[in-house]
Amino acid sequence: MIPAAFGYVAPTSVEEALAALAEHGDDAKIIAGGQSLLPVLRMRLNAPEWVIDLGRIASLRGVRDGGDHLAIGAMTTHHDVGQDPMVHEHALLISKAITHLADAQVRHRGTFGGALAHADPAGDLGAPALALDAIFVVQGPGGSREIPAADFFVDLFETAISDDEILTEIRVPKYGGWGASYEKFVRIAHQWPIVAVAASVRLEGDTIAEARIGLTNMGSTPVRARATEQMLAGQPATEEGVAAAAALAADGTTPPSDLNGDADYRRHLATVLTRRAVLAAAGRG
Amino acid sequence: MTATQEPAAGTEIGRDRRRKEDQRLITGRTRWTDNITLPGMLHLAMVRSPFPHARITGIETEAAKQSPNVVAVLTGADLGEAQGACINAWPVVPDQVTPAHLPMPVDRVAFAGETVAVVVARSAAEARDAAELVEVDYEELPAALDLKDAAAAHENGGAIAHPDLGTNVSAVWRFDSAEAGTGGDVEAAIAEARENGIVIEREYRQQRLIPAFMEPRSTVVDPTGEQITVWSATQVPHILRFAIAATTGVPESKIRVIAPDVGGGFGGKLQQTPEEMITFAVARRLGKPVKFTETRSESLLTAHHGRDQWQRLTLAATKDGHVTGLKVDLLADLGAYVAIVGGGVPVLGAFMFNAIYKFPAYQFQTTNVLTNKTWTDAYRGAGRPEATFAIERLMDELAAELGKDPLEVRELNWIKHEEFPFTTVAGLEYDSGNYEAATARAKEMFGYDALRAEQAERRARKDKVQLGIGVSTFTEMCGLAPSRVLGSLNYGAGGWEHAEVRMLATGKVEVVTGASAHGQGHETAFSQIVADRLGVPFEDIEVLHGDTQISHKGLDTYGSRSLVVGGEALVRAADKVIEKARPIAAHLLEASVDDLEFSGGRFAVKGTDQGMAITEIATAVFAAHNLPDGLEPSIDSEATFDPVNFNYPHGTHLCAVEVDTETGQVKLRSYACCDDIGNVINPLIVAGQVHGGLVQGIAQALWEEAVYDDNGTLVTGSFVDYLLPTAADTISFDLDHTTSPATTNSLGTKGVGEAGTIASTPAVVNAVVDALRPYGVHDVAMPCTPERVWRAINSGGSGGETTEAAAPHFDESEGAAQ
Repeated sequence: MIPAAFGYVAPTSVEEALAALAEHGDDAKIIAGGQSLLPVLRMRLNAPEWVIDLGRIASLRGVRDGGDHLAIGAMTTHHDVGQDPMVHEHALLISKAITHLADAQVRHRGTFGGALAHADPAGDLGAPALALDAIFVVQGPGGSREIPAADFFVDLFETAISDDEILTEIRVPKYGGWGASYEKFVRIAHQWPIVAVAASVRLEGDTIAEARIGLTNMGSTPVRARATEQMLAGQPATEEGVAAAAALAADGTTPPSDLNGDADYRRHLATVLTRRAVLAAAGRG
Repeated sequence: MTATQEPAAGTEIGRDRRRKEDQRLITGRTRWTDNITLPGMLHLAMVRSPFPHARITGIETEAAKQSPNVVAVLTGADLGEAQGACINAWPVVPDQVTPAHLPMPVDRVAFAGETVAVVVARSAAEARDAAELVEVDYEELPAALDLKDAAAAHENGGAIAHPDLGTNVSAVWRFDSAEAGTGGDVEAAIAEARENGIVIEREYRQQRLIPAFMEPRSTVVDPTGEQITVWSATQVPHILRFAIAATTGVPESKIRVIAPDVGGGFGGKLQQTPEEMITFAVARRLGKPVKFTETRSESLLTAHHGRDQWQRLTLAATKDGHVTGLKVDLLADLGAYVAIVGGGVPVLGAFMFNAIYKFPAYQFQTTNVLTNKTWTDAYRGAGRPEATFAIERLMDELAAELGKDPLEVRELNWIKHEEFPFTTVAGLEYDSGNYEAATARAKEMFGYDALRAEQAERRARKDKVQLGIGVSTFTEMCGLAPSRVLGSLNYGAGGWEHAEVRMLATGKVEVVTGASAHGQGHETAFSQIVADRLGVPFEDIEVLHGDTQISHKGLDTYGSRSLVVGGEALVRAADKVIEKARPIAAHLLEASVDDLEFSGGRFAVKGTDQGMAITEIATAVFAAHNLPDGLEPSIDSEATFDPVNFNYPHGTHLCAVEVDTETGQVKLRSYACCDDIGNVINPLIVAGQVHGGLVQGIAQALWEEAVYDDNGTLVTGSFVDYLLPTAADTISFDLDHTTSPATTNSLGTKGVGEAGTIASTPAVVNAVVDALRPYGVHDVAMPCTPERVWRAINSGGSGGETTEAAAPHFDESEGAAQ
């Protein structure tokens, strides 16, 4: 468990980080909280010549109110995001997902942006970010650009961030008054989810006015359960009202088969967990 | 006698003393092997085969040798015979097929992970870097991977794990009660039951497990003194010394083995490992101290695995539920080599399938099979969990067939407490026990009747969450073991244990034991025993172990033997101290030996207030100014104890689970167990053993499985995929004890190290199956994953095989990994 030797730079500004990235290019890996990269290095699955550490860039940390959205700095730890009252008020789904994310040690070291940029489809943050239509802000040599969540996740471990860019901020529109639930299905507590469902709903009386649902580990990227979302709009927030829509949750998904479950089982789980997540988000769980 | 034991006032035995060793163990500020650093020490890294079976056609080491600070790169051919061999101590049959096991093979690898070259460098990091540069050319050979296929390969032309042997079958070992004269003819019993009774036929899988001890294995060898000193994270320093001497030609007297503090083993460090032998050989060759510490990945891949059996079982019974015969036919996967206990593991189970029951006829056969996978050997329980699982699952199946309560069917068949001592159909004599009392107490703690009522209610309203109740009434044979019995089974060593008590001049006491601890609490429990026996304060006793120069004789720690064998040796050594001190006390007190009474650490002259502490006698002996004529100036004593019998703890374990029938998720609801382990020395240590044992057994039922793919690659090669539970996954257990003291040791103790693991696995699986009986389910394969449970509910069967693939979570090449 000893990594191969590598060079290490710890810039204190995004500009310095971009310069280091430009200098070392393909030979470099960016490290944020290191909860995914360090195991890779220690198991020698990869041996970059340079590691660029974003940990000393203060501007990348913290959650601020951006008016119609929350702006979450990419280097904010899971713990800090999860404990943030603004996140709880305006993006409850993210708070809920973080309570299930890994364990306390990882939540204190791992970062919000790092986990999203790692783009593991079994990661707990992709589905909520997608469901809430988060905007990913990346900065490169030519300035910064915004990538909608729907375009951000490209494939397994692959995002729309270019090789010369760094993820700096995640903007989450405000969903005040929406209920939320993250139903994570695991065999043991510290496992990646076999399947998880992120659901947020807005109620009007006893009726579901709008629903937003993201699925974790149901394909090579996080996916939206759009057919379910559409069918839920206008349905009563009851077991019967939700069940038929939830049954569509796995439509069009291509989940993996592995030792924790084959694809057909995951598709089944997605429908059960979607029903439960929606009902819980509606306060009926 | 059956009652919960209370410690007598003023005694150490029975006190829940906190473990004196815990501060240094828990903080890590101690002598773990990897903490040892010697002047000029070099570090090793292993180059391992990625293929399960391949010819080595070339090893290119030049680039590695040129790497910074590399001292040597050595192959199997370079080390030759100096590397010794890994031994099998238990050829279970005279014609056992046993492949030669060189620590580092010369021309062919037999499992993925086997070492083909070793790099020696000035730092561990440099050794690791250079190991990446060693180029090995392999010519892949067909690999024997599936246990059933491998067992038949010599008949159907399948892959042979060691082609020159011509077969994968290492041994067929059989016991038949009619042949042995211990019972009737099992075939006749089965034939009769087919006509007029009930026959239950099942096939169960004992999945492969990984012991996954906390401290990875580590070895340091210093060849620079008169003796070669070996530090190793091992359970068996004495056996290791013997094996190194026997296979390298280095005289045993020139080898000192030290097992310093060892961080767990669970049987996984009951081995003479290739890595130890390679480290020894490299140190001798270079003449410098060297260290090898494995990575966690190496540990999971190459330290021996456990279990891995197919069990074909036939149980015959009368229509009222009396079992008339049991037939057991096992296939046991040995892996690539016959390990030190090796094929003896299934044989240890042979005597336990009849468990607590009075079966009139019994037959057992195991076919031990070589495959191209990691070798298997003892893992917590070693043979007995497999046996207990099989019979306790079958007893539940019989109860279901009869429509009776599973405890009622067991009671029909079990040995009544007034029938002890009882000789079983497998030929063992159980000395003591009370299954009725343990079961009654467990039922009471569990709230058995209320849970059965809730189960009926949930079934009636077709609740999506069903309740299951599982029973396991187990016994086991532990305290390995009577040497004569081991001899009759062709085991290569005895089963005695040695102890020594040294009375120091300052009144302190050193106790030396041959039972080498690896985290169980020997120092505390043994201090309590000696404190009571000699009447000296607990704090004044130091327990020494795990160094062949201090503890020169011993057979180490496994099979729940430390207390029941090693503890008894200690009692006898302490008693000898008292007897040696008695004439000296009489001399100094100017009294007759017959007038002395020893109690509370003092010799007192009957009827007077005259007396002398044994520690004062120790001081007087040290001075030796005034001793009886002709007496040697020492009261130090030693004893070697060879038990006359095994030791038979038992207990009743009850488990309730909630099964979510929509997802297949199994949730532990409650778990109560009443273990009868005879007299308890330290209740806190016992509780720790039971809690940990339960979790390990529950983990086999629900979570753990070593999975290989079709290429012979271990898919569960890290804790991402090999699912070890943590406290977050378990519940609080309800523990109690009944007390039927063992009659074969003077403390009346029984082993507890493996009890929880042996008992809990079938309790959990029985609970899962019990929950699903309304769905027509009568088996769920282990581990009972949610997917298997769901499939069993929806399509019958036992839930299917595990898919031999794992999802990547650590990206190798692409992605920012930001």
